[in-house]
Amino acid sequence: MLAVEILGFEKTYTTGFWRKQQKIGLKSLHLEVQQGEVFGFLGPNGAGKTTTLKLLMGLIFPTAGHARILGKDWRDPAVRAGVGFLPEQPYFYDHLTPLELLDYYGTLSGLSLPDRRARIPKLLERVGLAGQGRVQLRKFSKGMLQRVGIAQAVLHEPAVVFLDEPMSGLDPVGRREVRDFIQSLKREGKTIFFSTHILSDAEALCDRVAVLSGGELRGVGVVSELTSENRGRFELIWQGSAALQPMKTLAADCHVAGEYVRTTVEEARLQDALDLLKTQHAKLISVNPVGGSLEDYFLEKLGEARR
Amino acid sequence: MTRRIGAIAFNTFREAVRDRVLYNIVFFVLLLVASAPLLGKISAGVQRVLLVNLSLSAISIFGVIISIFVGISLVSKEIERRTLYPVLSRPVGRGEFILGKYMGLAATLIVNTVAMSVGFYLAMFIMMRQFTGADANILIAVYFLLLEFLVVIGLALLFSSFSTPLLSAIFALSMFVAGTFAADLREFARMAHGPQRWLASSISYLIPNLASLNVITRVSHDQFISAALVGYNSLYAMLYSAVTVCGAILIFSRKDLK
Repeated sequence: MLAVEILGFEKTYTTGFWRKQQKIGLKSLHLEVQQGEVFGFLGPNGAGKTTTLKLLMGLIFPTAGHARILGKDWRDPAVRAGVGFLPEQPYFYDHLTPLELLDYYGTLSGLSLPDRRARIPKLLERVGLAGQGRVQLRKFSKGMLQRVGIAQAVLHEPAVVFLDEPMSGLDPVGRREVRDFIQSLKREGKTIFFSTHILSDAEALCDRVAVLSGGELRGVGVVSELTSENRGRFELIWQGSAALQPMKTLAADCHVAGEYVRTTVEEARLQDALDLLKTQHAKLISVNPVGGSLEDYFLEKLGEARR
Repeated sequence: MTRRIGAIAFNTFREAVRDRVLYNIVFFVLLLVASAPLLGKISAGVQRVLLVNLSLSAISIFGVIISIFVGISLVSKEIERRTLYPVLSRPVGRGEFILGKYMGLAATLIVNTVAMSVGFYLAMFIMMRQFTGADANILIAVYFLLLEFLVVIGLALLFSSFSTPLLSAIFALSMFVAGTFAADLREFARMAHGPQRWLASSISYLIPNLASLNVITRVSHDQFISAALVGYNSLYAMLYSAVTVCGAILIFSRKDLK
């Protein structure tokens, strides 16, 4: 059984009061997410990522198409008990404390009082808010609200967790913590579907990604395969100008910066280049793979979309 | 379902309390304290009539203001701040959400009205030094005021389900004002002829008959309120509220949350 199955979701918005105009938010989207995988939904701002998540959560209605979550119709209220959702830049009732808020959401998710009492303190500790349970949310920073948001999304131990830009607006430490949290959810066997435009996060976390642009799906693939497809060049940095001239037979561009020289070579010529540096008594500083990143794949798909 | 509606209602009530909505009770008490010396200078009979009129009118005004201005923001504020997203992504129906919101504000107004009524009875005891059987009659007027609030909350919810907060406030206020003249409009419809009669009659049945719920003057003069009127008003207010809440649910259930 698939965790998420989107079957031709389309969304068209009508704008304007007198002169109504149609604006396409999403064009016939077909997508499958396997159980237990971390699925990244990539795209620039306005690509349709949030629209897709809002459609799946029943916050807006599709113009066409339907979806299944854990094999059931996505509109079925019973499905929602097994689903967690973190909206983009979440905002919660600021008159409540995290304990009260999570208790409220727990009740709405059908958790019993003993379950809520057992889970909420543990969860607050897990997201790093152990000492903040009785502080009103109006006093929370953006990063702390994001932690509360993640806590409410997993409070009822859902099988599928949808996260809309979970790292957006966070500092590097916050991003790292959210990243670790997502990885821990994956270890627990949960399916995670998250949208982001931060490609390094997607590359580090996702098993598969989909690229969306202009409301249209541009590509779907396994991250490790996508990055290896584009892989094949290495960057070499060494010290010693004696190797510069002979190296030009292996690599076209060599850049000199003071005592250091930098160039890139194809994987097939890497060993020859290393042998050359050795024979020329050059001091090797670093060898790193270049290209082959998710960013390349992403930009390639966006480029195809623009053509 | 009941548990979810109850949780939403409790959260709405808690929000109203923490947003200091109930602070109007303090103003009410201050109003009574400030007016007591003035009323003291008038003869005992008139003093009671004035106190009842003043207090019940104040309860009505405060209650209607809360019903309209909190009522119109019940849903729109949740949409605007997106606090609704984590609620509706759970197994919560949109109808349950509207019902919970309605009941939460109704509970707020019940607490508000009960607290004000206690204040009013205290003021009356201080002024008159005793309670009479006729004073119990005033509770009927308080009950009718509560029914009036239930109708107005329903209207505010209905308008806010398809309109902006400002327009919703204007619509709800207009309906409230028109509703207080519902009896006059019905009388006019009775006397009119042709399409005019049909139009006036339709409008008079569309707007809430709030005139029937206002017995403040009657109770202040110890006039008898029949059990039939209590029954009729209870049924009418509940039906009218049910229709407006159902309308709000129907519209909200089809609404895209931006």
